[in-house]
Amino acid sequence: MFYQEELETMPREELEQLQLERAQKLVAYVYERIPFYKNSFDEAGVKPEDLKTLDDLRKFPFTVKQDLRDAYPFGLFAVPMDEVSRIHCSSGTTGTASVVGYTERDLEEWADCFARFVRAADCGPGSVMQVAYGYGLFTGGLGAHSGGARAGCAMVPTSTGNTKRQVRLMRDFGTELLACTPSYALVIADTAAKMGIDKSEFKLKSAILGAEPCSEGMRKEIEEKLGCQVYDIYGLSEVMGPGVSCECSEQHGLHVNEDKFIIEIVDPETFEPLPDGEWGEVVFTTLAKECSPLVRYRTRDISRILPGECSCGRTGRRMDRIAGRTDDMLIIRGVNVFPVQFAQVISEFPEVTSYYQIIITTKNALDRVELQVETVDDFPFDEIRRLQDLKKRIETALKENLQVAVSVKIVEPMTIERAEGKAKRIIDLRGEENA
Amino acid sequence: MLNQLTVFLQNTEGRLAQMCRVLADADINMHSLFIADTVDFGVARVFCDRPRAARKALNSAGFRVSVIPVVGVKVPNRPGGLAELVELFDKHGINIEYNYCFTISDNQAIDIIKCDDVGVEKILVDAGFVLVQKEEIYQRD
Repeated sequence: MFYQEELETMPREELEQLQLERAQKLVAYVYERIPFYKNSFDEAGVKPEDLKTLDDLRKFPFTVKQDLRDAYPFGLFAVPMDEVSRIHCSSGTTGTASVVGYTERDLEEWADCFARFVRAADCGPGSVMQVAYGYGLFTGGLGAHSGGARAGCAMVPTSTGNTKRQVRLMRDFGTELLACTPSYALVIADTAAKMGIDKSEFKLKSAILGAEPCSEGMRKEIEEKLGCQVYDIYGLSEVMGPGVSCECSEQHGLHVNEDKFIIEIVDPETFEPLPDGEWGEVVFTTLAKECSPLVRYRTRDISRILPGECSCGRTGRRMDRIAGRTDDMLIIRGVNVFPVQFAQVISEFPEVTSYYQIIITTKNALDRVELQVETVDDFPFDEIRRLQDLKKRIETALKENLQVAVSVKIVEPMTIERAEGKAKRIIDLRGEENA
Repeated sequence: MLNQLTVFLQNTEGRLAQMCRVLADADINMHSLFIADTVDFGVARVFCDRPRAARKALNSAGFRVSVIPVVGVKVPNRPGGLAELVELFDKHGINIEYNYCFTISDNQAIDIIKCDDVGVEKILVDAGFVLVQKEEIYQRD
């Protein structure tokens, strides 16, 4: 199902022409309205008129997270406050918050972006949609809410928390579409099981999950436990919020709303653009934002463009799931490791649940990595041999996949934190022992 | 087959004490406790008067616990008592996953054996060994 079929299935040539026209307007707009961009373009020796083809975009300088922080609070707004409708800011987990403003029209464009994926998830008028993202400064809750409402759903703004009530409402209201983080979807599923509520009592059709990485194993587990199809959605508050890209029913890559964003993949070291298929840092240019437009924003997310067309008919190119972040990339004994690689390995072992935690310490000047996992309920832990065999097999798989030795520790059930928001999977204690 | 309680215990301070406290509070009497330990974790194997009630209590306290069927054999308390029993397993090519003994009286030891062979009880009886009955260890709860 489509929401704006004409835009979603626009032939590539037309789409790229539309992108060029919008990008040309954008660079002129930011040059004129935002001193930061005037300075940065001038320093790089480019003028808005230099953008004659889409390839010319690479002549323009990047915008980075620090630029947003330096502009705190409103230095990158392109409109006066009387045109601003809403202000969000990033969670600030890694430093000063970055502030993003939205005009009335920005909010509509955002809602449209998300609404497309509500329809892609086969929901719309008549569907009850439950939003179990946190409502607030975080873009997840309100973003999903506006998008669902725009697509015609009956909205249930449960927000996070009070999971038992969440489960009861999901059953009693006949929720068809759930939006939250993947880790919270698992908490909901496990809570339902504990309450003795079977998935057949739900009418759940789809779950649009985002704001943190979801491995294929985790997706399967959620789909199995909740009896629905899971759609991975992507977005970041700096660029807009959830809805920049999302999966269709093919579940093979996330279609970027390319009429509203230009996606580039660049080499994280040299920042040179990379061809389709190659992994690198994701860079977005916004094409339909009035208040907080961005030119070539380096997201620090690692992904790639999947080559080829999708059978669903959408012409927006697909990005792969986020494989990690350039800044949460772990350097373990000199090897670059992304947390998602752990999740991928774990997902290949049906004997363990998808909850995991990585603890990094230093011992005799060497990094030591411990992965904690829990076995599934029916694992025959009575036989130590089996536990040790499982531990060894996971360790071997990790070593092959990561090129780094990891020791696996099987822990008691429920000892790994069940998160309602972003799950804290990595505990890096390096340097702290001696401090 | 006897119902043995198996509890997965993380190797952390006080975990065993917590397990015992949960059983005590549920008014459950333990007859025997054996722990197989590794660096990271231990597996506690328990006989008690009400295994199912014990499982329930431990489960709701957040422990990972299973009821595992094992064979209990009465072994005479004299030199060679156990050797004859284990030789029988060897003779029939049955692999013993684990085994442990405890005595209940001066003359009698009980040997507990975990193996995957379903015909093991018949083999033991045919060879003249006396199996421990459930009632001798716990109530059927």
